[in-house]
Amino acid sequence: MSETIKKFLYVNRKAPYGTIYALESLEVVLIGAAFDQDVSLAFVDDGVFQIAKGQKTADIGMKNFSPTYSALGDYEVTKIYVEKESLEERGLTPDNLLHLTYEDEDDDYAEKDSIRFVSRAELSDIMDQQDVVLSF
Amino acid sequence: MKLAVMVNEGPYQHQSSDSAYQFTKAALDKGHEISRVFFYHDGVNNGTRYAVPPQDDRNITQLWSELSKKHSLDLVVCVAAAQRRGILDADEAKRHGKSGDNIADGFRISGLGQLIEAGIQADRLVVFGD
Amino acid sequence: MAMLHTVNKSPSERNTLDSCLSHAKDGSSVLLFEDGIYAVVRGSAAAGRLKEASGISLYALGPDLKARGIGDDQLVEGVTVVDYDGFVDLVTRHENVQSWL
Repeated sequence: MSETIKKFLYVNRKAPYGTIYALESLEVVLIGAAFDQDVSLAFVDDGVFQIAKGQKTADIGMKNFSPTYSALGDYEVTKIYVEKESLEERGLTPDNLLHLTYEDEDDDYAEKDSIRFVSRAELSDIMDQQDVVLSF
Repeated sequence: MKLAVMVNEGPYQHQSSDSAYQFTKAALDKGHEISRVFFYHDGVNNGTRYAVPPQDDRNITQLWSELSKKHSLDLVVCVAAAQRRGILDADEAKRHGKSGDNIADGFRISGLGQLIEAGIQADRLVVFGD
Repeated sequence: MAMLHTVNKSPSERNTLDSCLSHAKDGSSVLLFEDGIYAVVRGSAAAGRLKEASGISLYALGPDLKARGIGDDQLVEGVTVVDYDGFVDLVTRHENVQSWL
């Protein structure tokens, strides 16, 4: 769709369901995937709760949109950064999170992890290198 | 420079729309181009023409409409967020069987692609939110 | 690649400022505006944290300080007050911008 390729980073810092930011930011990512940009997602601070597994929303009467995260791989969103310190500070481990994967077409469609656990310092570097940062 | 602006919150509830407006105005006065102002989340509520705020305070929607007219700005309200919150233009109202539409002058309803496109085409994109 | 970071929430209301400061690299700039300006009130807990972030250039939006009754004599050292024109300049002068929400 466009000749320019920019580095887009979507920063998620908020928990799901208490506000709409998690859901609506995901909608941006999915639509944005059609533009063939260099896309990364970052889950920082309370944002890490967005990809916690086992979300059951029937009793709060809201739609459970967490299965949509698993579709990100199909949309070629394969760089999902989760900040280690954010997990630790919230008593979470990688085991508490959804297992997000993509099929690497350059490697015989081998299934690979989309989530890259990074330190605060590493994420700081990643943020610094972006062209466009979208926050919600 | 070519600047794009994103407004994530509705008028009055948060200062976001005011800040975005003041920033946009300052940028235009300095001779920069504001290629698009994209309203998302509750930001779509900036685009209703039915607000009747008190006369002794600013009318945020009107300010945006007037700035848009003066500088031919592209004020885009996200269709998905707008549908959720009841901001409709005539086409949307007809399509969804609603008795009326409420989009304000100078605003248009379009897809999220317009936000991504704005990010690609502008030199900088600044987000105003909560 | 110097980034401009913006923070618009009060440091005593949200952890936004802390998160921003822990991710902003030396040489980058932080602009406080809206309720974020409370971080530059001298003597506040946040002001102490700002002092530790010595590698960062600190800015606060004048109109928001004035609106909230924070006078020039109440500001921490090392903060540059800018107006909306200055906000625009900060955006264009830096390579990229990140709004901490």
